[in-house]
Amino acid sequence: MSSGEGRVDVEIEQKRSGEAPAGKAHPNTCPRCGSHYRDEELERTLRVCPQCGHHFAVGARERVQQLADPGSFVEEDADLRSADPLGFFDLRPYTERLAEAELATGLGDAIVCGRATIEDEECRLAVMDFAFMGGSMGSVVGEKFSRSCESAVAGGVPLVCIAASGGARMQEGILALMQLPKTICAIEELHESGGVLVSVLTHPTTGGVLASFASLGDVVLAEPGALMSFAGPRVVAQTTREKLPDDFGLAESNYRFGHLDAIVPREELRPTISQLLRLFGRP
Amino acid sequence: MPNEAELRLRERLSKLGAMKLLRGTKVSGELERLQEQLDRLQEEPSAEEIWRSVELARHQDRPYTLDYVERMLDDFFELHGDRGRSDDPAVVTGIGSLDGRTVVLVGHQKGRDLKERTARNFGMAFPEGYRKAMRAMSLADRHGFPLVTLIDTPGAYPGVTAEQHGQGGAIARSQAAMARLSVPTVACIIGEGGSGGAVAIAVADRVLMQEHAIYSVISPEGCAAILWRDAGEARKAAAAFKPDAAHCLELGVIDMVVPEPEGGAQTDPDGSAALLKGAVLLALAEIEDADPETRRRERRAKYRAMGVLTTG
Repeated sequence: MSSGEGRVDVEIEQKRSGEAPAGKAHPNTCPRCGSHYRDEELERTLRVCPQCGHHFAVGARERVQQLADPGSFVEEDADLRSADPLGFFDLRPYTERLAEAELATGLGDAIVCGRATIEDEECRLAVMDFAFMGGSMGSVVGEKFSRSCESAVAGGVPLVCIAASGGARMQEGILALMQLPKTICAIEELHESGGVLVSVLTHPTTGGVLASFASLGDVVLAEPGALMSFAGPRVVAQTTREKLPDDFGLAESNYRFGHLDAIVPREELRPTISQLLRLFGRP
Repeated sequence: MPNEAELRLRERLSKLGAMKLLRGTKVSGELERLQEQLDRLQEEPSAEEIWRSVELARHQDRPYTLDYVERMLDDFFELHGDRGRSDDPAVVTGIGSLDGRTVVLVGHQKGRDLKERTARNFGMAFPEGYRKAMRAMSLADRHGFPLVTLIDTPGAYPGVTAEQHGQGGAIARSQAAMARLSVPTVACIIGEGGSGGAVAIAVADRVLMQEHAIYSVISPEGCAAILWRDAGEARKAAAAFKPDAAHCLELGVIDMVVPEPEGGAQTDPDGSAALLKGAVLLALAEIEDADPETRRRERRAKYRAMGVLTTG
């Protein structure tokens, strides 16, 4: 939230917020259990609340750090940017939204891809970042994911994908929708050449990303509490006027209905992925 | 000085023109009208024209899948059920004869009156519908029948049980199944091509789109509600994300535009079906002699190339 001058202000705000009137939450409050946390502490616990186990969002770069062996990650295709094919303009131009997202996140788009090792197992990593325009998939996300598939084929190693996305990027119109079949065709090529896709769904993975590559892993995992639905809860409630179950669209519900192989808490994610990489790597 | 997009459009249009879309069909006088359509396409559709397509695509009298099946196919036999848990009436599958060859047909189906509309769930499929479609696809592949799909849905059904039964995964797997097929495949957007629910059955060697159909990532109302925070701004949203056939052709998302009778398909369902049949036959003729492996590779390569990016 805060920009260059913000650092001191944030601290002041944090100190002040203790005596803030009721209704104004402390900025570092766990949304689930209401306990307060310190930033460094949360980073150490992989952004999982030490009190209740709530999984906070993790940015793409931090996720790479959590999963890859130190120093092993080599980013690929970092120079790709969206080209605004429609000259899209809603309340603000798409190009402005893109520039703002890049400034805020330091990312070129909503996915970071590259080569890495995880507990010495070589793989390709494709990690999405919800902070970049809601992790939406446009041409760049589709292209980078597809290139990761090809890179995995070329290297003869598995692809590990960590999804976090609100769906297709409206500002790229029909071309955003075409990223669904595009990424799926890339996975088909990967699978035909004997390649492996391990797909991890994190909160939230919805819409076009769930309806494409995220669902097509040889193994599909999710983090606890991750929303994974094609249509969001609000859309479903408004369209159908149905009362939604408390666990609507959550990983736990999807696991019960057979759409997931396992729900993996974040601290177990790295060893679980490396276990799978070992198993697939030794036929 | 024409920009890059214009150049691309011109090139695609000249290719389209060279294909003589309707030569060989028995519809007289249509070639001339097609030329007019192509001339019109060279100009960017206005916001009003785009909105007119949105309205025509949703017109209550617009021919639906079964209206075309009845007029295009002989000996149609409908296949029901996903062999798992139900038969989704929002998706029609079957086998029939198209100009002497057996084809498998898959299409969304809307209802005409209130009762049928409810029964067909307004053309919004459950995962069971896509699983039924996949069953028909594998049948086509097993017997070497070309696959023809007709797309006309506001979107996949956003409901609690649809989610519980795996809507996202079903849509993904249906596309993957289409990417794998060895047989020739032709898809045509005949009304609303609504997002994931549409593309689920539209991954094909040739994708056609009727002149006044729309194909989009989100409904105009949905887009307006999110970006303008007001569903009433749907016209503005449609003008911004351009779901019309001319733009889809320009962006390389579809392979040809199928003309409709003057005033829209609903004015003359027979004429519209004749035009559609001619276009499907032409598309099939282009692809059915190819080596299956080559055809599949080219299909995937076509989708792999979709998108617009820059570097740096």
